Amino acid sequence: MYSKTVAELSAGLQQGDFSSEELTQAYLERIKHLGDELNCFITITGDQALQAAKEADQLRSQGKAGPLTGVPMAHKDIFCTEGVKTSCGSKMLDNFIAPYNASVVERLNYAGMVMLGKTNMDEFAMGSSNETSFYGPVKNPWDLKAVPGGSSGGSASVVAAQLVPISTGTDTGGSIRQPAALCGITGLKPTYGRVSRYGMIAFASSLDQAGPMAKTAEDAAMMLTAMSGFDPRDSTCVDREVPDYTANLNDSVKGLKIGIPKEFFGEGLDAGVADAVQAALREYEDLGAELVDISLPNSGLSVPTYYVIAPAECSSNLSRFDGVRFGYRCENPVDLQDLYKRSRGEGFGPEVKRRIMIGAYALSAGYYDAYYIKAQQIRRLISDDFKQAFEKVDVIMGPTAPSTAFNIGEKSDDPVRMYLSDIYTIAVNLAGLPGMSVPAGLVEGRPVGLQMIGNYFDESRLLNVAHKFQQATDFHKNVAEAYK
Amino acid sequence: MGWEIVIGLEIHAQLATKSKIFSGASTAYGAAPNTQACAVDLGLPGVLPVLNKEVVRMAAKFGLAIGANVSRRSVFDRKNYFYPDLPKGYQISQLEFPIVETGNLDIELEDGSIKTIGVTRAHLEEDAGKSLHEDYQGMTGVDLNRAGTPLLEIVSEPDMRSAKEAVAYMKKIHSLVTYLEICDGNMQEGSFRCDANVSVRPQGQKEFGTRTELKNINSFRFVERAINIEVERQIDVIEGGGEITQETRLYDADKNETRSMRSKEEANDYRYFPDPDLLPVEISEAFLDEVKKTLPELPHEKKTRFIEQYKLKSEDAEVLVSSRNQAQFFEDIVQVSGDAKLSANWVIGTLAGMLNKENTDISGSPVNAEALGGLLKRITDNTISGKIAKEVFEAMWQGEGSADDIIESRGLKQITDTGAIESIIDEIIMANPDQVEQFRAGKEKVMGFFVGQVMKASKGKANPGQVNQMLKQKLSS
Repeated sequence: MYSKTVAELSAGLQQGDFSSEELTQAYLERIKHLGDELNCFITITGDQALQAAKEADQLRSQGKAGPLTGVPMAHKDIFCTEGVKTSCGSKMLDNFIAPYNASVVERLNYAGMVMLGKTNMDEFAMGSSNETSFYGPVKNPWDLKAVPGGSSGGSASVVAAQLVPISTGTDTGGSIRQPAALCGITGLKPTYGRVSRYGMIAFASSLDQAGPMAKTAEDAAMMLTAMSGFDPRDSTCVDREVPDYTANLNDSVKGLKIGIPKEFFGEGLDAGVADAVQAALREYEDLGAELVDISLPNSGLSVPTYYVIAPAECSSNLSRFDGVRFGYRCENPVDLQDLYKRSRGEGFGPEVKRRIMIGAYALSAGYYDAYYIKAQQIRRLISDDFKQAFEKVDVIMGPTAPSTAFNIGEKSDDPVRMYLSDIYTIAVNLAGLPGMSVPAGLVEGRPVGLQMIGNYFDESRLLNVAHKFQQATDFHKNVAEAYK
Repeated sequence: MGWEIVIGLEIHAQLATKSKIFSGASTAYGAAPNTQACAVDLGLPGVLPVLNKEVVRMAAKFGLAIGANVSRRSVFDRKNYFYPDLPKGYQISQLEFPIVETGNLDIELEDGSIKTIGVTRAHLEEDAGKSLHEDYQGMTGVDLNRAGTPLLEIVSEPDMRSAKEAVAYMKKIHSLVTYLEICDGNMQEGSFRCDANVSVRPQGQKEFGTRTELKNINSFRFVERAINIEVERQIDVIEGGGEITQETRLYDADKNETRSMRSKEEANDYRYFPDPDLLPVEISEAFLDEVKKTLPELPHEKKTRFIEQYKLKSEDAEVLVSSRNQAQFFEDIVQVSGDAKLSANWVIGTLAGMLNKENTDISGSPVNAEALGGLLKRITDNTISGKIAKEVFEAMWQGEGSADDIIESRGLKQITDTGAIESIIDEIIMANPDQVEQFRAGKEKVMGFFVGQVMKASKGKANPGQVNQMLKQKLSS
């Protein structure tokens, strides 16, 4: 049962092959069995899940079921879930029980999905390997020595190991796409503003966006349809009609113009990954698409630009964690300064502190123009590169990450090398565009991700292009031996 | 050597919206601590601000009223600092692109001349909560009811040259924001408060002296006192060979002194940057036109009309229009009494005196405009004299009924019957032959004595004009 896609589970539930309760029970069993070794959950909500499953079955018996009713899922622990611990992977929020549901949680509840638990993640979504989590690193199902990527590493790992059929993630600089690539699943970061950020604990507000992490493009399309839409509680959420993202999955890709940015195939790209991506592109040619060489001349500036803007925003966003109203508070503070210093000093991990310091520095008087303002100007140039590219092509493709999953501990002492693992994904966030990663084979037993970037609000096309690839190939069906 | 004083004010006017600037929580004053703070006000993880449209409307109204530029595009910034009553660790404010830019306001100086004060800008921001230091055994309590209350910070040019000018400007802004109904103006509750930037320089010097900022002054009287005492201190320091340090100072009303809070060196680096959770505010012409239509008659317009329509003196009109309620009260009285000058005198004199004594304003008057108009009507139709009217008014104030009821029940009706007055006059003349002699000898001053005697004998009910005229006739015959 656990090898089925969401689309298949949905059909099975509809046909009465199994109930949501049975399905939920089966997944919970599997999580109990395999979850610990992967360290992929922070919280498992078994009782609530079974209750929700019963309710879903009841709705179905009343003829009120939608396509996702009764389908199990997991939320990244960055989404506030009412009455359930919402830690954001941090000691700071280890004791935080959210008093309300995030907009995404509300929508998926409304769609009838059954939450099995909250997945592990890099602390406050800051990391590319899931090693910064207060709850310890998540393991990659393909090799327990390897990282799953980050920051949505738990959400990628649970889907790759088939502990959950689908999950939510968030992507600020590649945090959905990079772990999807490293774990061999399908992940989509929507256009900035497509999905409400309300109740999603902010890392970098102008870059954060939630999206689905799934086995297939079709499954991602199903969940994206339910997740998206205007929310008056998020001023940056765009009031724009939500299409049925499954409607155009089977459109032909004949004549599709795929832009191949030369900057994505230069130095630093692992040869095996390059070969796998080239092979995937040839597959598209076979499907009738046309490959067009393009250039994104400023993409080389995306990592430094990102590492000014994201830390600047995070330094301010994380100020609310001060030990006063919620979250971690140090023992016996002697005065206010002591309360602040020790609560934050003890509650945050080293990567979070590093970024808060970088950000506070970049925003400080005398440096603001040289860093923050300059970074915003470059951000505009990076967006313009894409704008020009999309005048010539329909989608842009390349590798999601420069290498396959690296080993735990391999890059953790070298932040800059770690930051470079997001070199192909970050520009997409800076421009606010939708991006996807789909499995494109294995190199030495570890998955490779093919990244596809669409124009604003062109998620339908991305999903269609990904789906056609998955109709023609079996890469997305690869599952690590131990989790088959 | 003479010193010139330079003052600029930053006025914080709390906007009179029902809900907060970025959340749906109520802004009502005086609720139990933390009962009016929702998830957004508490700065819970994951929450986001959403701008209250009414706040924009009110700011635009203010901008239009001072002839300022209402920015078609303004931007909210984050001002970052840590304090327990600042839940998010930053205040959402406007730095570089405020909603209102460059307007001005005329104030009337004591000598009756007009001075124009520049308004540099007015920007929107959220208020912080309150830290409560009492009653917590060495701990500090935090009440976040006020957190997120909308404020309009109105920043003047350093155009004022005395504490009196500063007070006149502050009163003018106070009157304006209450006219516009964008602020309740309640200074005790902190709805209207100000910071004053004060410096001195030798007469004739062009450059400004080093300024200090006096924080959070919440009454007109304190503004005047705080500025004067600070000016004195600055002059003392300079004349003693010292230098003024740029710093923030607190005015202590009990001790009538200012003392240092923090110097420029200790000042926070607020790390301002545009708030990525909020889009720039764009104001359309249509929106502005709509707001324009809701502008009431402004104080200076009302004043001009009062002078023309009611033939009032400029000073009287100025006082009457200082509050919209008072101006309305006046006009309502005139409707009934029919005598504008008399009505103005009563509102500015007797009524204002009573209100002052009871420490309330016109909205707290136990005698409403119609009732007071009814009383004044009895003066104009000669039923009672002005003096008796004051007695009647006091009875009305005590709730004894309408003017007519009181006049009736107390028998205060003026005697206009010539026969009755004539017999009183005859008696008085008979009883005072010496004074009659004096009058006839040309000493007209004794006339006052006779009027007084007649009024006394009539218990004040005789019409003084009539008494005067009849006395003259009798004494001259």
